Amino acid sequence: MPDSEQIKNLIAQALPCEFLEVRGEDGVHFEAVVVSAAFAGKNKVQQHQLVYRALGDRMKQEIHALSLRTFTPEAWAAINV
Amino acid sequence: MDIQEKIRAQVSANPVVLYMKGTPQFPQCGFSGMAAQILKACGAEYVAVDVLTDPELREGIKIYANWPTIPQLYISGEFVGGADIMRELYESNELQEMLSQAA
Repeated sequence: MPDSEQIKNLIAQALPCEFLEVRGEDGVHFEAVVVSAAFAGKNKVQQHQLVYRALGDRMKQEIHALSLRTFTPEAWAAINV
Repeated sequence: MDIQEKIRAQVSANPVVLYMKGTPQFPQCGFSGMAAQILKACGAEYVAVDVLTDPELREGIKIYANWPTIPQLYISGEFVGGADIMRELYESNELQEMLSQAA
C-alpha cells in the first residue's frame, strides 16, 4: 500500500518542486500540495496531469483519492504573504 | 460508434455533463457527491452520467480526458476538471461564470 512518503518521492523525482507536502494516514486518501516552476503557463488540469504522470501506473490502481493542490512559485508566494 | 465517439457526442450535445459514480441523489463516492453538491450550489442544470452502470464508459472517459479519476465535469464539450478543480473554481467564482456561459 502506498504511503505519503512514496508518493512524495515519486513526485519529487519527476518535478522540480519549490514546495511539496503529502499527507494521508489511511493509505487510501491523500492530500498533496505541489509547488513547481514546471506548472508555469499551464492551467489547473494540465498541472494536475503533470503530477498524475509523475505517479505513473501507481496512480491508476492504488491511489483512488489523491486531492491535489498545485501552484506555480508565484501563485504560492501570493497566498503565503 | 466506439466509446470515444459516444463520449464526444455526449459532451458536445449537452452544455454541462458530469460523469460521476452513482447519481446526484445517491452518489456512490465522496468526490462524486461533492461534485454534485457544487453544481447544486451553483444552481446549474446538467446531465449526470453514472459510470458505474457502464464499465466501458468508466474506463473510456479516463482515456478521453487523459484524467485517471471520476468525477469529471465537462462544460461546452471541454473537460473542466475533477472534484478538486471544481471546488477551486467554485471558491473563486470562476465555475459559476463558466456555467452561465455554457452552450
